[in-house]
Amino acid sequence: MNKDIVLEAQNLSKEVSSPEGTLAIVSEVSLQVQAGESVAIVGASGAGKSTLLALLAGLDVPSRGRVLLAGEDLTVLDEDGRARLRAERVGFVFQSFHLVPALTALENVMLPLELAGRAEARKIAREALERVGLGARTGHYPKQLSGGEQQRVAIARAFVTRPAVLFADEPTGNLDTITGARIADLLFELNATSGTTLVLVTHDRALAARCSRMWIMEAGRLLPG
Amino acid sequence: MLLRALSLGFRLLGREWKSGELGILLVALTVAVSALTGVGFLVNRIAQSVALQANEVLAADLRLESPVAIRDEYLAEARRRGLSTATSTSVLSVVYRDDFNQLANVRAVSEDYPLRGAVGVSDQPFGASTSLASGPARGEVWPDSKLLAALEVEVGDEVSVGAATFRIARVLITRPDQGGGFGELAPNLLMHADDLSATRLLQPGSRGTRAQLFAGERERIIAFKRWLETNKQRGERLLDVSEASPQIQNATQRAGRFLSLASLVAVLLSAIAVAMSARRYVQRHLDSVALLKTLGASRSFTLAVSLMQLLIIALAAALLGSAFGYLAQEWLLRALQGLLRADLPPPDWLPLGLGLLTAIALLTGFALPPLLQLSRVPAMRVLRRDMTAPPPVIWLAFGPAVAAVAFLVYWVVRDIRLFAGFLLGLTVFVAVLAAAGFLLVKVAGSMRGSVGVSWRYGIANLSRRRAESVVQLVAFGLGIMVLLLLAVVRNDLLTDWRRSLPADLPNFFFINIPPDEREQFFGFLDDRGARSSRALPMIRARLTELNDQSIETLEFSDPRGEGYARRDQNITWQAELGEDNQIIAGRWWNASEHGLPLVSISDEYQQGLGLKIGDRMTFDVAGEIVEAEVASIRKIKWDSFQPNFFVVFPPGLLDELAGTWMTSAYFKPDDSRVITDLVRRFPSISVFDLDDLLTQVRSVIDKAVLAVQSVFLFTLLAGLTVLLAAVQATRDERRYESAMLRTLGASRAIVARGILAEFTALGLLSGVLAATGASVAGYFVARQILQVEYAMNPSLWLIGLLGGASLVAGSGWLATRSVLRQPPVSSLRG
Repeated sequence: MNKDIVLEAQNLSKEVSSPEGTLAIVSEVSLQVQAGESVAIVGASGAGKSTLLALLAGLDVPSRGRVLLAGEDLTVLDEDGRARLRAERVGFVFQSFHLVPALTALENVMLPLELAGRAEARKIAREALERVGLGARTGHYPKQLSGGEQQRVAIARAFVTRPAVLFADEPTGNLDTITGARIADLLFELNATSGTTLVLVTHDRALAARCSRMWIMEAGRLLPG
Repeated sequence: MLLRALSLGFRLLGREWKSGELGILLVALTVAVSALTGVGFLVNRIAQSVALQANEVLAADLRLESPVAIRDEYLAEARRRGLSTATSTSVLSVVYRDDFNQLANVRAVSEDYPLRGAVGVSDQPFGASTSLASGPARGEVWPDSKLLAALEVEVGDEVSVGAATFRIARVLITRPDQGGGFGELAPNLLMHADDLSATRLLQPGSRGTRAQLFAGERERIIAFKRWLETNKQRGERLLDVSEASPQIQNATQRAGRFLSLASLVAVLLSAIAVAMSARRYVQRHLDSVALLKTLGASRSFTLAVSLMQLLIIALAAALLGSAFGYLAQEWLLRALQGLLRADLPPPDWLPLGLGLLTAIALLTGFALPPLLQLSRVPAMRVLRRDMTAPPPVIWLAFGPAVAAVAFLVYWVVRDIRLFAGFLLGLTVFVAVLAAAGFLLVKVAGSMRGSVGVSWRYGIANLSRRRAESVVQLVAFGLGIMVLLLLAVVRNDLLTDWRRSLPADLPNFFFINIPPDEREQFFGFLDDRGARSSRALPMIRARLTELNDQSIETLEFSDPRGEGYARRDQNITWQAELGEDNQIIAGRWWNASEHGLPLVSISDEYQQGLGLKIGDRMTFDVAGEIVEAEVASIRKIKWDSFQPNFFVVFPPGLLDELAGTWMTSAYFKPDDSRVITDLVRRFPSISVFDLDDLLTQVRSVIDKAVLAVQSVFLFTLLAGLTVLLAAVQATRDERRYESAMLRTLGASRAIVARGILAEFTALGLLSGVLAATGASVAGYFVARQILQVEYAMNPSLWLIGLLGGASLVAGSGWLATRSVLRQPPVSSLRG
């Protein structure tokens, strides 16, 4: 494998059984993403974007095919092995933020560092929050923050472990246009400065256009954009 | 990893606390732990007292007891062997002062009493006790607190015992040989042995217990015991520690076991609350666990975080519950004051372990299965909300719960038959209650059309959450039912029973009437206008053989039979069959059969020993061997309050062995001067005031009932935790509904009334269930056991319905009112 390729999918398929028979959600997808690159996967709702993202991040297992993430074959790892790999090499930003409501902004950002067993979690997390402009709100709980602020915390949490790959699933989908634009700026800025690879799933063509490459997902198949 | 899980678990715990279900989990566990440890601490203290004072329960190492005078040669032999000796003679007699009199256990003890242990005395009734190594000096007596209270006397006053008068020098608080368990009914009085003859209480053949006490080096005691076994007379009973303490232990163990079983009901209800809170906990944590997994946490880590939280809660509940349990135990002890000895040692730490084990067992059984499910939620849920944990295997979902319940029940009863019986009984009982609850909810649901909007909304909620409603109904219904049964029905039954007895029923019993004073005594009764019933002779006898088989070799499954076989019996002879006796098998003897070796026995006696007509029974009657054939079996109406005996012989067989006589008589109430007069004239006759006895029995029952009621209060508390858990589980739903209704234009008051209506309906239904159950139980006890008509008490329904409605509506309202405070928009936004 090319040394610069951080994420690779080979003939990836995901099928589920339904009353109408077997349903292919992702069919024969192959892709390669290089380190530091930003790529977008766009498509309509139900096209299979989120399933593909889940397969690439090791959140779900494919029916056929392989995923290589940071040099490791996800398909041979068990659930806990995939979790360990995510803790070390992967970050996430979600449409609905997914912060732990019981933890403060700072504690939410500390969480992945602690899960990976990193020292000085508090200090690193504080710096990460400062980088997203929330240095003054570290002690706030998610419900005390606005949507944009919550997504900033989520972004700080995603970048704090300096992951090899950052997966973002509709990161601006729950935000108004102006806030969404600011969040997108932040995301791309951090991507550029930290050298992380960004895999963005969205139906927002304008957002996708800011990535260096784009694929279109249609009925489970990946087409060049 | 564990450390990290602990740290995260701990940090999350603080915030989780605010969400509520952990609080309910803690409350439910605390209630369960308090219920079980409360009883546990008490039983532990009693058991310790029994164990500690094992060799003090006899006030000696060895004790020889006999209903008749014991030969002095035993004492001489004991002294020759270098053992210390003492004597103790007890007789039931009336103690009096002026017009007050009270039946008491008079114990005359020699100089060296007690040989083991100490006598606790005080200067005041119920005062703090000081230990003394000897009994009263000549001329003085030490009555106990109860006796002082009954006679309205204090230290320094004089009281009369039989024909002599004594000065009260101290108050008796404890005796070493009073036993560690539930005590005797009559109060006690300690006096010097040399003063006994002056009282003239004991005449030849009088009923009383003479005891010789021995103590000394172990080897010598063992050798002397062997000597006594070969030399002692028939009817003399040898007791050493190994025989004395198990009896007390058995009695206290049984009482403790009963209270523990009662407390288990609360534990089981709390378990339901635990399961409900755990389910809600899981529902709320699906997202968090999926997120943790997404961020790289392993399945075992997420499980460890939840387990750590639960463990912390279990520890907190064990500590809190044990603290409450300790307080509850103090309360129980107070309730049982007078039945238990006052100087119980403090409990050890064992019940704390019991508390922790209870909390862990409940959590393992009822919270662990949902938590295991929680850890299986796929990380994919962060992207697709509809993804949840795969359904559990059935044995994993219910197996631990069944195992935890079985473990706790078995642990309390430690007897496989009782265990099976309790589980079966409980299952059937709960099933019946649940079926009734289900029916009630259904009936209430069908009335929806005919009530206003608030009630319709409330009842609709009950029907919609039918399973939860039924669980709560069972919990509240059961708690209220037991309290009603013990508080209202018991009183009604006792009153009905007392009322069913004729007014001129004998109210005094006289025993120990010496044959030579008999005529004089009956003359005295006639002169005072007292109507006496039949007089019967009374002789002590011991069963030695049944159908030529030694009684020692026979075993009886019926505990009554054991008692009849091992203990001395009072027997009599009688020519005519009393009206209160009915022959149910065989036939009563006619005049020509007088003097024949026949015997008539009561049906209790026949059942206990498994006898039938024609069986041969051999008795040792004051050293004479008497063999007789069972000629008839009688059913005795005991509440005639006439002298009656289990074992009756025809006249002409035992006449030579004349013992003393007994009779009963009716005196007009408040004629205490006559009784005082009688006691002075006939000091050796023991007088029993039936009303006194009934009052004493009633006070014992009242105390026991108070203890049981206290334990069942935990059942109600457990019911409340089930309610809280149910409210908690439906909080989001309620919030949404309330917001919807208010958005549609309903005022806050309408929504509030709806909520109140729901809980009031639940409370009313619980009240119906409880009052019905209590009435059925009351009817059963009245007709089957007491054989009186059962009059339904309307207050039962009133208290049941009002109590249930206010209890449940009040708590339900407190638990849900926050739903109303929230502006509708915040709930609809989600």
